[in-house]
Amino acid sequence: MNDVSLYDVDNPAPVIEPPRKRTKKTPKSTRTNFELYGWLFMRLSGVVLVVLVLGHLLIQLVLDGGVSKIGFAFVAGRWASPFWQGWDLCMLWLAMLHGANGLRTVINDYAQRDTTRFWLKMLLYTATVFTVLLGTLVIFTFDPNIA
Amino acid sequence: MSSPTLEKHSAALDAAENTASQMITATFRIRRFNPEVSEEASWQDFQLEIDPKERVLDALHKIKWDQDGTLTFRRSCAHGICGSDAMRINGKNRLACKTLIKDINPQKPITVEAIKGLTVLKDLVVDMEPFFQAYRDVMPFLITNGNEPTRERRQTAEDRERFDDTTKCILCAACTSSCPVFWNDGQYFGPAAIVNAHRFIFDSRDEGGEQRLEILNDKDGVWRCRTTFNCTDACPRGIEVTKAIQEVKRALITRRF
Repeated sequence: MNDVSLYDVDNPAPVIEPPRKRTKKTPKSTRTNFELYGWLFMRLSGVVLVVLVLGHLLIQLVLDGGVSKIGFAFVAGRWASPFWQGWDLCMLWLAMLHGANGLRTVINDYAQRDTTRFWLKMLLYTATVFTVLLGTLVIFTFDPNIA
Repeated sequence: MSSPTLEKHSAALDAAENTASQMITATFRIRRFNPEVSEEASWQDFQLEIDPKERVLDALHKIKWDQDGTLTFRRSCAHGICGSDAMRINGKNRLACKTLIKDINPQKPITVEAIKGLTVLKDLVVDMEPFFQAYRDVMPFLITNGNEPTRERRQTAEDRERFDDTTKCILCAACTSSCPVFWNDGQYFGPAAIVNAHRFIFDSRDEGGEQRLEILNDKDGVWRCRTTFNCTDACPRGIEVTKAIQEVKRALITRRF
């Protein structure tokens, strides 16, 4: 106990401030309803996705021979019908946006530094846009007559 | 003449002996931090003889008065109204003045530490300023238009009942400092500020509800709540905090659609 303390009354140790502390200057109002629509979208898309995804899994994995029936011909046959094109397009968009928004809130909750949270979200948005556009492109331009 | 005095004396002695037999030895493991000594916080154990029917606050007093005068904590009324002595006791946010020692298993060491998510200044004292800033930001006061009435502003019993639960808040910060969203992001208003906004949003006499809803509609407002119910569990006043937050969300949605 003889070691000399680095700190004393005139020179106290730094206190540990919590991340992104609220001060008089911080409440910056954005005056948008983005978070409200985001919250509603999660609930509504969730309900629709229960039907879409469970139906999808039932058809793909359980009914009519299960997973072994899936092949190029099966996909080509299904996408010949606008109904299944619409189903898959709906599922793609809703699932991707639902998942991306969920991950956005997770990043907002857990990434402490502003730069970390910015770049994680940029990565997320890029991946989401890429997947959604690629999937949409394939659904609409799918050609069953490949050489 | 002497016998009644003797009897009285022995009765008093008996009472003293009875109390003495009820005393137990409890260990309090307290998270100490003093920036004038070290930058590190550390646990310190205190052993004391105490009646298990006493409160954690009484134990802290005994430690401060009899063992270590440097132990620092806040308390004012000591009866669960002022909201000064919210602390994390055995890992749960409680008021030290409303927690009986017998209710928190004194066989094991009782841990006492400062509430989380706010800057610890010394031992159990935290900087409450960000918490009160969020409180101020929701405008927790009556807002009205037009001329002031000559009589009091009247309200039916049903209208008063609508926000009765949220009037009980004592601003102890037990809810806000138990919220995992607040721990990671101090920009979130936190349960206590939303509860106090709820108290005026649902008051039939108040006309500033729109403004407060607009404030809580923002990105650090009610939509960040993940309904983990930590706040409801922590509230020493038994306010249904998560329910109040959900009611504000519902008011925001029904206002739009």
